[in-house]
Amino acid sequence: MSAMGHPPTYAKGVIGRRRRQWLVGGADNVTGLHEKRAYRPFLLLSPALISLLLLVLAPLVFIFVYSFWLRAANGQDIPAFQFGNWQSVLGDPFYWQGLAGTFVMSGLTTFVCMIVGYPTAYFLARCRFRNKSLLLFLLLLPFWISIVIRTFAWINVLGREGLINATLMALGLIHTPLNLLYNDFSVIMGLVYLDLPYMIINVYVSLDGIDRNLESAAKTLGCTPWQTFRAITLPLSLPGLGVGCLLSFILAAGSFVTPSLLGGPDTSFFAQLIYDAIINQLDWPTGSVLSLLLLVTLGLVVATYNRFMSLNDVYRSFAK
Amino acid sequence: MSAAAPRIERTSLTWNVLRVLGCIIYLFLFAPVIVVILLAFNSASTGSFPMQGYSLQWFGRLLENDSIGDAFVTSLVLAVSSATLATLIGIMAAIALVRYNFPGKAVIGNLLSLPLLMPEVVLAVAMLLVLKLLHQPRSFLLLLLGHTVLALPYVVLVMQARLIGLRQHYEEAAKTLGAGPLQTFLEITLPLVAPAVIGGFLFAATLSFDDITATLFWKKPGIETVPTKIFAMLRTSVSPEINALGAVMIAITILLSLLGSYAMRRLARQG
Repeated sequence: MSAMGHPPTYAKGVIGRRRRQWLVGGADNVTGLHEKRAYRPFLLLSPALISLLLLVLAPLVFIFVYSFWLRAANGQDIPAFQFGNWQSVLGDPFYWQGLAGTFVMSGLTTFVCMIVGYPTAYFLARCRFRNKSLLLFLLLLPFWISIVIRTFAWINVLGREGLINATLMALGLIHTPLNLLYNDFSVIMGLVYLDLPYMIINVYVSLDGIDRNLESAAKTLGCTPWQTFRAITLPLSLPGLGVGCLLSFILAAGSFVTPSLLGGPDTSFFAQLIYDAIINQLDWPTGSVLSLLLLVTLGLVVATYNRFMSLNDVYRSFAK
Repeated sequence: MSAAAPRIERTSLTWNVLRVLGCIIYLFLFAPVIVVILLAFNSASTGSFPMQGYSLQWFGRLLENDSIGDAFVTSLVLAVSSATLATLIGIMAAIALVRYNFPGKAVIGNLLSLPLLMPEVVLAVAMLLVLKLLHQPRSFLLLLLGHTVLALPYVVLVMQARLIGLRQHYEEAAKTLGAGPLQTFLEITLPLVAPAVIGGFLFAATLSFDDITATLFWKKPGIETVPTKIFAMLRTSVSPEINALGAVMIAITILLSLLGSYAMRRLARQG
């Protein structure tokens, strides 16, 4: 859980290369045994690859196949190849509104995380507290607490008799409780709460890695603090900001518990529609189409991101 | 100020605004959790403000509730077994990815990280569909395999990062001195990566212990883990009992994380 996410750094040059060969089986090359050992990494990888294949990739193919099956009147699903499920979902404005609503809410969440998270990360990266590692540990602490607890905690804060209303009423600022809970506001609040640590940590790592000499140089050359920030700090921290935004958006767009617990009757996140179709309606073909729709649209977001930034940064950020 | 002075002066208005914001954000991050713990001790029966006095009755109520005890046992067994599986599979994959060169390495590495970017709901639906096609009822095995798959990418990434950071002189020395690959692994590599193994295990266990979205899809009707139990209880209203249960969960997970970082630091120092 500490910062260990740097790529392998092998010494360049002849000695470095020779040592590297040694470590990856180069010693066997010398004795001509290399071919015999070539299977070893695959042997080590096989449990992981088999579980990925059987439990992730194959099931995804099944969802795809199932989305073309026919749902008979008696609730039985018949193997078929027809586009009825796709047509009924794609032709239904209800689902499009659900998808658009999910993306708008996730976009807002990401935006709030960015606006609030960036300055916080900047403060963390530049402050000179002796116990900075404690501050970082505290930032990671919420990750260990269950999402369902971190979500229902907001009912205690935003509810009619929650912390905010109780405080405001006690101060005499309001006389009737504000409606803070069970609406879009509380959903975004809950989502920001879950996603903000991801944003802060990724931006922090980016900012922390910037060579301070660059900023000093900019100042020496006559830049104002604001110009230095615009020309040096912000561009160099963009990778971290990008990872933070992508993670916030994806986590928000796939969320189920937060909109279920904090949302109002009108709140319909896409994951809720999927849950409803499959667990409540037992309508598997429709559920399959909806799952694929979510997967593909989020996949497009990831692919767009990948065109401009590196996904490796995203993966690496999980190892911190 | 020194040469490495920050561009924004410490006395400036901007810096003070940042400082205030930092404090507010930390308050924002911890206030809701603290409120849960506070209300768990509230003697009022409505589970809301204002506090009317302190009592431990809601914790006592938890102990009397058998279904919560059952959920705890289910969660614990599931967390330990899935974390064990994920750690075993993960460490093997991480060693292959760090210590060997082979064709398709980059592709396989990316493939293993893929589930991280997949919405959990979609993965949940996909695995449940396979079960349906096999005409099998939902079972503990599905939860076990599912939680293992959810944790696997994290374990692989954490282990990979740790293995890369490890200097390989010791392994070279062992091999030079005639140790076989298995002996080298057991006597040299494993003790050196032990902190990462423990870290990965605890991470996977917490992930499983806390998971709710996929678990809601996968669990057999009538079987509850602690998070799904809380979710079900919330359907009626927020009672002080839920706050007490939340406080217990918070205490357990924070203790685990402290224990984990302590164990990792100790082992790292020994290594």
